[in-house]
Amino acid sequence: MDILIQPDAWLRGLIGGMLIGLAAASLLFFNGRIAGISGVLGGLLFNRQAGDTTWRSLFVVGLLLGPIVAAASGLTRPVTMPAGWLLIALAGVLVGYGTRLGNGCTSGHGICGLARFSTRSLVATVTFMAFGFLTVFVLRHVVAA
Amino acid sequence: MSKLVALLCGLVFGLGLAISGMTDPARVQGFLDLAGRWDPTLAFVMGGGLLVNIPAYWLTKTRSQPLFGGRFVLPTRKDIDAPLLVGAASFGIGWGLGGFCPGPAIASLSSGLPQVLLFCAAMLAGMAWRSGKPITSPELP
Repeated sequence: MDILIQPDAWLRGLIGGMLIGLAAASLLFFNGRIAGISGVLGGLLFNRQAGDTTWRSLFVVGLLLGPIVAAASGLTRPVTMPAGWLLIALAGVLVGYGTRLGNGCTSGHGICGLARFSTRSLVATVTFMAFGFLTVFVLRHVVAA
Repeated sequence: MSKLVALLCGLVFGLGLAISGMTDPARVQGFLDLAGRWDPTLAFVMGGGLLVNIPAYWLTKTRSQPLFGGRFVLPTRKDIDAPLLVGAASFGIGWGLGGFCPGPAIASLSSGLPQVLLFCAAMLAGMAWRSGKPITSPELP
């Protein structure tokens, strides 16, 4: 197995991950809410409940501002999108549909659910990781080969 | 105060995503490419997140309610059903194809790239499709 050795990227990943964990932990500790992005968006845009949308809006505003603050501090890396408009659109639809149907994404199941030792979240995380690995394998080593 | 906390949590979350490199789909796909030159960075991000969130969650759970009152809104379901598996599989395929999950996609909107806009629009359409309800508020906040 060929591994890309980039200790500086690993350190940034670890620090960034700890900030994400801090954000998720704080939202639960102070406000009693789960910082799952697909859930936050779903409750804000599609399954709205009275009195439950303001915090979601503010969280999303913060999420949009975070990378701007990081960029101003010179901490970001460029966004490199895959090629192909149709592929990007298909990917987006699958991510949107799948995260709502499966009640969570990398944050809700991965960071929050695993921390709660939730079996559903463990099963979901293993499943989306497995299909992610399989998809990139097909994309890069079967289709492209 | 709880509103300020929501804003700050979003900000720190977005900051973490940007610093970690997860707003770059190429890096995420590098993690998912086990047969190529594997980029383990995403494992450090998940590890860092859990390193903080596991002890924080179990300490928080000893409290009867959140600091600002109300109640803890936590999932209660324990069953493994088909929608969970099909949804996670669908998400995994889209994640592999696009290199974006919902958080990084939204956080990357400030890059102004048309591809990011397209991904987010398609993602919201996919969410709307599943939610089966019209969008009551069409604009993003």
